[in-house]
Amino acid sequence: MVKNITSFTGNGVADWLVQRVSAVILAAYTLFLVVWFLALPEWSYEAWSGLFAQGWMKIFTVLAVLSFVAHAWIGIWTATTDYLKSNTAVRILVQLAVILVLFIYLIVTFDAVWGV
Amino acid sequence: MKADRPVNLELTTISFPITAITSILHRISGIAFFVGAAFAVWFLQASLSSPEGFATATAAAEHWLGKLILWGLLAALAYHFVMGIKHLIMDTGIGETLEGGKLMSQLAVLISIVLIVLAGVWVW
Repeated sequence: MVKNITSFTGNGVADWLVQRVSAVILAAYTLFLVVWFLALPEWSYEAWSGLFAQGWMKIFTVLAVLSFVAHAWIGIWTATTDYLKSNTAVRILVQLAVILVLFIYLIVTFDAVWGV
Repeated sequence: MKADRPVNLELTTISFPITAITSILHRISGIAFFVGAAFAVWFLQASLSSPEGFATATAAAEHWLGKLILWGLLAALAYHFVMGIKHLIMDTGIGETLEGGKLMSQLAVLISIVLIVLAGVWVW
């Protein structure tokens, strides 16, 4: 069996499971925000920051962004290993760029909810 | 494997079944959302930073280009979401036949189109 060191967990079945669990968390977060928006009487800073000022929403958002990072990495890893096969250096560079972007998303989201 | 076996990888001459098209669109919508998430993350950070930041973020989202990005994000998210649910259903063993797969793909396209149109109505 080939052990793939760049995949999220290094194990296909574990990656598959993480992809499902993170998908369910992201789906729940998406549905919550959609319902919240549709139920909102008026778009205002008070309502928006008030939502994120609550502890459970900070935790929910951090959980969602962690799920996003894992989910996006597993998906993009699959796509890059499918399509960028002829040149390993190119694939690794693209993957590193993706990791950097995901890391920035993570840090900025942490910073955004911490400040409220 | 014979090295000179006949292969046809001419994408323009291959007729793709609906299951192949919905599958590649699932990947494309995922990558599109990954790229577009930069706007969402920026929006979150700016809108929560201060009332001024909130006003800037809101103005950006109400700009025609911002609306287009927002709709694009919602469209990619809606399609990816519906296809993800389809995967979860198929993981339980439902719709794993050729006919079942086709039907599920058609349903996914139909539901996605409705959601994408609704998202457009909401944005504009």
